[in-house]
Amino acid sequence: MERIINLSKRDWSLYRRGPIDQARHNEKVKEAIKANLQDIISEEAIISSDGKRVVKVPVRSLELPHFRFDPNKSRQAGQGSGKGEPGEQGSEDGQTVGPGRGKGAGDQPGLDYFEADVTVDELADVLFEDLSLPFMENKGGQELEAPDIQFTDLRKSGSLANLDKKRTIIQNIRRNAMGGHPAYESLRDEDLRYRTWQSDVRRESNAVVIAMRDVSGSMGEFEKYITRSFYFWMVRFLRTKYSNVQLVFITHHTEAKEVDEETFFKLGESGGTKVSSAYQLALKVIRERYSPQLWNIYPIHFSDGDNWGEKDNNLCVELVYKLIDMSNLFGYGEIQEGGYRSLSTLMSAFQNIRTERFIGVTITDRKDVYPALKRFFARREAPADLEEREAA
Amino acid sequence: MDREVTELEQAIGRAWDVARGFGLDPFDLRFELVPANIMYEFGAYGLPTRFSHWTYGRTYQEMKTMYDYGLNKIYELVINTDPCYAFLLDSNSVLQNKLVVAHVIGHSDFFKNNVYFQETPRDMLESAAVNADRIRAYEYRHGKLAVEQFLDAVLALQEHVDPNQIIRRQQERQRGLKVVSRPRQRQGPYDDLLSVGLLEEQHEAPPAQQAKFPVEPEKDLLLFLMENSTALSDWQRDVVAIVRAEMLYFTPQMRTKIMNEGWASFWHSRIMRELELTDGEAFEFARLHAGVLSPSGQQLNPYYVGFKLFEDLERRWDHPTTAERARYGRQPGQGRAKIFEVRETESDVSFLRNYLTEELVRELDLHVYKQEGEETRQDEENWEEVRDFLVNSMSNFGHPYLLVTDGNFEGRGELLIEHVFEGQELDQKYAERTLPYLYRLWGQPVHVQTVIDEKPHMLTYANADEGMTKRRL
Repeated sequence: MERIINLSKRDWSLYRRGPIDQARHNEKVKEAIKANLQDIISEEAIISSDGKRVVKVPVRSLELPHFRFDPNKSRQAGQGSGKGEPGEQGSEDGQTVGPGRGKGAGDQPGLDYFEADVTVDELADVLFEDLSLPFMENKGGQELEAPDIQFTDLRKSGSLANLDKKRTIIQNIRRNAMGGHPAYESLRDEDLRYRTWQSDVRRESNAVVIAMRDVSGSMGEFEKYITRSFYFWMVRFLRTKYSNVQLVFITHHTEAKEVDEETFFKLGESGGTKVSSAYQLALKVIRERYSPQLWNIYPIHFSDGDNWGEKDNNLCVELVYKLIDMSNLFGYGEIQEGGYRSLSTLMSAFQNIRTERFIGVTITDRKDVYPALKRFFARREAPADLEEREAA
Repeated sequence: MDREVTELEQAIGRAWDVARGFGLDPFDLRFELVPANIMYEFGAYGLPTRFSHWTYGRTYQEMKTMYDYGLNKIYELVINTDPCYAFLLDSNSVLQNKLVVAHVIGHSDFFKNNVYFQETPRDMLESAAVNADRIRAYEYRHGKLAVEQFLDAVLALQEHVDPNQIIRRQQERQRGLKVVSRPRQRQGPYDDLLSVGLLEEQHEAPPAQQAKFPVEPEKDLLLFLMENSTALSDWQRDVVAIVRAEMLYFTPQMRTKIMNEGWASFWHSRIMRELELTDGEAFEFARLHAGVLSPSGQQLNPYYVGFKLFEDLERRWDHPTTAERARYGRQPGQGRAKIFEVRETESDVSFLRNYLTEELVRELDLHVYKQEGEETRQDEENWEEVRDFLVNSMSNFGHPYLLVTDGNFEGRGELLIEHVFEGQELDQKYAERTLPYLYRLWGQPVHVQTVIDEKPHMLTYANADEGMTKRRL
């Protein structure tokens, strides 16, 4: 009798469709994160994370959309878990009950967006891809090391994982040829060749970033948040890409002081604002510790632009010129919540500074943090002719 | 392990005999033991041989993660084919797999005998494999990304097919062929040959009737696009055809979910009772059975609802009340015959409408919930309204009902779709993101007529710059 039922088993170990499509999905998640970077990097959860934690990032663009009913305007049917009365509150994860989707006929409806798990490091990888310290010059002296490992050398001993098969076969044939039989046979230990690496030290010049931050009373929650968020990514970026860049942290209200990193990131103080105090302190720090002959210098300042008066603004312009003379780039970020812009801000005082070594950015929204980073740290080469810089 | 396989083989043979004894009539069965990752892959794709797409990859990842964390487990996967293929998890205990076998026999019987499955292709594993091959070939020829992006567009609209196609086609044949005038013919290398018959037919049709296109509103959006869009090349038309064919294959399963699971659960419990189980096995079975039938959170458990309905049916036809005897002339002892009749002729909608009684609504603790902000509240207590709400929520499988009403809207070749409003509004955010896909497939501006805040509105997508526009009618 022919068997109408049977039971079988086979080897599925090479079957890979699911994992391949899964990998494609993850690739799309990465793309979506990249496309939404400016929304994602100013998420509170990331800034306040310790840097290692996994954060959930909503990736709205990834869900394949359908024509569907508005879940907020519909009723649902379901089974109670006890004896419910009308008006009794149900659980909050109620889902519309329909006949369900057929087996495998697609994903479940109801989820608004896909939440991807990413670590801050992963985000940083995407984020920092195109950033660098601009106008970097070779200043000699103590140099920053950016190790770059390359497999360039061969040795007779090593780890089997690094076995260079091609060279090993050549060596074997060569040895056999010496005995009169040029063929690949009777492999011996002495034929084995291993690839080995050299750490290639890429020379980078000394660099110092002077981070200045307005902590005066006029800096509201939004301003503080943006400043913190910008400097959070800036510090991470510098530490990720440059192993030995120096950081100087300065906070100011009417007086400026140099602080350590932790204090710098703590939320603000109060009082009036005299921006010139910060610039003066920066000049002092440069004069005393970071000679422009030896260092690439990057002063960056964030403020709401609400300075003490016309007089101090003018002084600031003067000081900025001095700083630019010593620095590779001077960056100024002015935070204006909701795009409100008063004419007497520091930015308007700076508007006549015309040199590519000065970058001024106005931030009105959380989304502007990423573009600001990109503007300050876009890859720009130092002009070959230094005269050009003077002319500018 | 081999000992377990032998034991399972014997149990399969025994379960088969018991099932036949009960009058079940399943397809021949092919069981295969597979590891968990393969089971989840099949579950995510719906068919072992189906084409690749990243959305399936995500479902696979989600299902497998749930399994890895012990949150969810697929016990069985059964394919509507002849012979019927079913997959068992190799990490299941022998008893778990015995239960699964009994359950699968129920499904196979349902596939073979329920009326809604009569037109489904029973060689779907082979068809899906051929479809997957074709899509792979298109990827090779036109690029992976081009095929993927096109599939995105088609899958976003995949539920808009007409599951009643076969019935409708029969009606059309009886009425005589209608000639559809197409203002913009597709361009293809064999047009002159293909249009020979068409031209003759057109001569017979009075010109006045040609103005309307389609002649009657078309429910099958994919079919309409496939036949009439001028924006599609031949391989793209074929991809639409593939997605549509596979969707139509799955629709009977979607429309009989409660019945199918209820029927399989009903019979696994009956079959298992007839197998010789040790005390330990009997206990494990009882625990498993209770697990399968337990309500999960606030969701409706189709296994449980279907199981209770079939049990209730059998009881009420075995032991009719005096009232029922007097009123309907119902004779006692008809339970078995009744449930077999129901499994052959009903779908979930008619199953619930005809056989969900007040007692069952109370016993199953069914309610209607309303979303109020973050909270859901019980809204409806009248049992008939609960039943009717359930039935209504199943119409068109819970998707908005869309009809193509004009393929030459305003004489400009634009597409007009009517959302047949049944009280539930469209999710505008989702519509905004779905319309570009529809535009991609039609190649001309697309319009969806719907109701927002009780007033008729038109959602239009004409180009990427403007995006979706909303206009009060």
